[in-house]
Amino acid sequence: MSDAPVIGPAMTKSGTLMRVEGLKRYFDVSPPLLNRWFEGRPRQILKAVDDATFDVERGKTLSLVGESGCGKSTVARCLVGLHKPTGGKIEFDDIVVTASGTDHFAQVRHRMQMIFQDPFASLNPRWRVFNIVAEPIRAFGLIDAGVALTRRVHELLDLVGLTAEDGKKYPHEFSGGQRQRISIARALASNPEFLICDEPTSALDVSVQAQILNLMRDLQDEFGLTYLFISHDLSVVYHMSDSVGVMYLGRIVEIRSAAEFFAGPLHPYSQLLLETIPSLENIGVARAPLAGEVPNPLSPPTGCAFHPRCPFANDRCRSERPSLREVNGGLAACHGVEENRISETQQL
Amino acid sequence: MAPQNDSPPLLEVRNLSIEFPTRRGTLVAVDDISLHIDQGEVLGVVGESGAGKSLTGNAIIGLLEHPGRIASGEILLNGKRIDNLSYEQMRRIRGRDIGAVFQDPLTSLNPLYTVSRQLVETIKVHTDLDTGAARARALELLEAVGIPAAKERLSSYPHEFSGGMRQRVVIALALAAEPRLIIADEPTTALDVSIQAQIIALLKRLCAERGTAVMLVTHDMGVIAETADRVAVMYAGRVVETGPVASVIQNAHHPYTSGLMGSIPHMKHGVNRLTQIDGAMPRLNAIPQGCAFNPRCEKVFDRCRKERPELISIEQNEVACWLYQSDVGGVS
Ligand SMILES: Nc1ncnc2c1ncn2[C@@H]1O[C@H](COP(=O)(O)OP(=O)(O)OP(=O)(O)O)[C@@H](O)[C@H]1O
Ligand SMILES: Nc1ncnc2c1ncn2[C@@H]1O[C@H](COP(=O)(O)OP(=O)(O)OP(=O)(O)O)[C@@H](O)[C@H]1O
Ligand code: SF4
Ligand code: SF4
Ligand SMILES: [Mg+2]
Ligand SMILES: [Mg+2]
Repeated sequence: MSDAPVIGPAMTKSGTLMRVEGLKRYFDVSPPLLNRWFEGRPRQILKAVDDATFDVERGKTLSLVGESGCGKSTVARCLVGLHKPTGGKIEFDDIVVTASGTDHFAQVRHRMQMIFQDPFASLNPRWRVFNIVAEPIRAFGLIDAGVALTRRVHELLDLVGLTAEDGKKYPHEFSGGQRQRISIARALASNPEFLICDEPTSALDVSVQAQILNLMRDLQDEFGLTYLFISHDLSVVYHMSDSVGVMYLGRIVEIRSAAEFFAGPLHPYSQLLLETIPSLENIGVARAPLAGEVPNPLSPPTGCAFHPRCPFANDRCRSERPSLREVNGGLAACHGVEENRISETQQL
Repeated sequence: MAPQNDSPPLLEVRNLSIEFPTRRGTLVAVDDISLHIDQGEVLGVVGESGAGKSLTGNAIIGLLEHPGRIASGEILLNGKRIDNLSYEQMRRIRGRDIGAVFQDPLTSLNPLYTVSRQLVETIKVHTDLDTGAARARALELLEAVGIPAAKERLSSYPHEFSGGMRQRVVIALALAAEPRLIIADEPTTALDVSIQAQIIALLKRLCAERGTAVMLVTHDMGVIAETADRVAVMYAGRVVETGPVASVIQNAHHPYTSGLMGSIPHMKHGVNRLTQIDGAMPRLNAIPQGCAFNPRCEKVFDRCRKERPELISIEQNEVACWLYQSDVGGVS
């Protein structure tokens, strides 16, 4: 893999690149109409993302973390236009791309790319790798077909540790980690300014993961790329992020600078999250899974959705939903934090 | 359940090689590897991307994709060969005796069928349960793998589940018939730490209570540390180090294993660049002579470029590296 990054937009502005306000995405997961009639079952709405508000700073990395099913991928898919939000507003570089009634998404589509959580499903099995990587370049008409395109695709393959020779193969001829690298090469192909990475390295072994993460940081330093990073691996998040947003049942419950977050998370859920990290020091020691019932996204608990599992829950928590409030330079949605009932646990 | 020393291991892989015939010659992707797993034991398999971990797992369950084929070696389940069975015979073993969790959850799920239908059908194929009982069992399994509101979500289609939820459905499918051996290829990659802990607890419980054996392929050393009894480290189609989990993690001998341990992002070591093993694993058509790791090895010396090291015992581990072989002729 070459050290010198060969791609990236020339861009040095600072400030907010993406502004998300009150983003909502609901899914109708009702049983089929007939069942509803005969079994008298109600319509069911799943609020995968409910009222998410956050900014992504230019040239920085915001990571989203949280339990499986809490809505991270759904947020990501809304941002790149793969899901139409049920409500809320998304601004990219001061252009309103989604708000009720307006949709200027086409204007910014080519400036963002996404690395999907499932690399297998996102690679067309009938295309050769060369064409898969070249696809965004062709789609946005960035380079004409010919020598320049070939050179560029080979550069990209090299960047992720594959060879020009690999361009002639089909996805099924690669191992899981190699396929993930193909999707990373494709995402970088169109020189995006904003890259959404949904579990970009979860299929990679640690040594290739280290190479890819180092590469992503190099690209950011050199070209000011902005990342929204989704990972369940908190040690990876620790290495990559400028700030961290924690999601729980479709809502953001804490958002703070990464340094502060890892030094002492505020929200009780964040604290538990950091306690459950597997560690090499714990050989043969099983971690305790988070206590309490796994919450039901179809009928979230009243008040603070975390209250059934929270050791600090009180009556107010059970009835009133906490909203995000400024605490110590970050934001947290927790009555206990607001009332000073919860102190930061000292991590690390 | 304690493994008995005189009975054969539940799974034994002897000198397995897997190759891909191509127009430009035959590529050897797995080169003469041997493994065994006892009843109730978890063998962790780690190693560089492309090292041959998934191919080995696929060969064991009889699902090598054409044109890949077993070139030599034997695979034995409970002392009986299974590598030479017909597709039909193997199909009966798969699911009932060996459960598989594939690296790609979507290959195991049919996008056109609801989650419950897929589970119920799998359960009915491999057990005597009737539809009603199979349904109840399906629900039980989904709850065991931590799908919230499992009852309401039985009638969902795979695309309506999050990545981690799909992965858990695949795990539920693999467990459906209570197989004696589970081949789990990166089963927890898409899962957050809490669900991961729950799945691992579930696997460990099956091992302890039912003597289920697990081959756990993962790059997550944290998961290996808390789950595996023994570890095999693969590089370029070969096992380069194997031994008890604590010994491999804390007392790695092979330079590749040490490098692997060094690349793990660590919360305790600042946010500087991660240590990486420079270079990439060789392509299958250009595996270096001698020790395949030699172009990337910091300790390489003359002999490494000429002769291939075989596994020998060093303390509790077995290691394939010339650093530990003082005799001149090598072991034969
Ligand atoms: N197309 C859809 N139809 C119905 N429900 C959906 C759909 N897509 C997602 N969901 C539901 O929305 C919730 C959030 O899913 P999402 O994929 O955003 O989770 P996630 O945080 O990315 O989880 P993971 O870490 O497992 O990938 C889940 O309960 C999921 O079942
Ligand atoms: N159909 C095929 N044709 C040619 N080569 C193949 C084919 N399938 C796999 N290979 C090669 O075999 C090698 C081993 O692949 P395998 O999938 O077993 O790797 P792995 O160890 O599981 O890696 P990962 O951690 O990335 O999943 C890889 O180099 C891969 O490119
Ligand atoms: S609001 Fe109450 S229940 Fe929710 S996290 Fe804070 S203390 Fe716990
Ligand atoms: S045999 Fe030589 S090249 Fe191979 S790992 Fe050992 S020292 Fe390094
Ligand atoms: Mg997801
Ligand atoms: Mg694999």
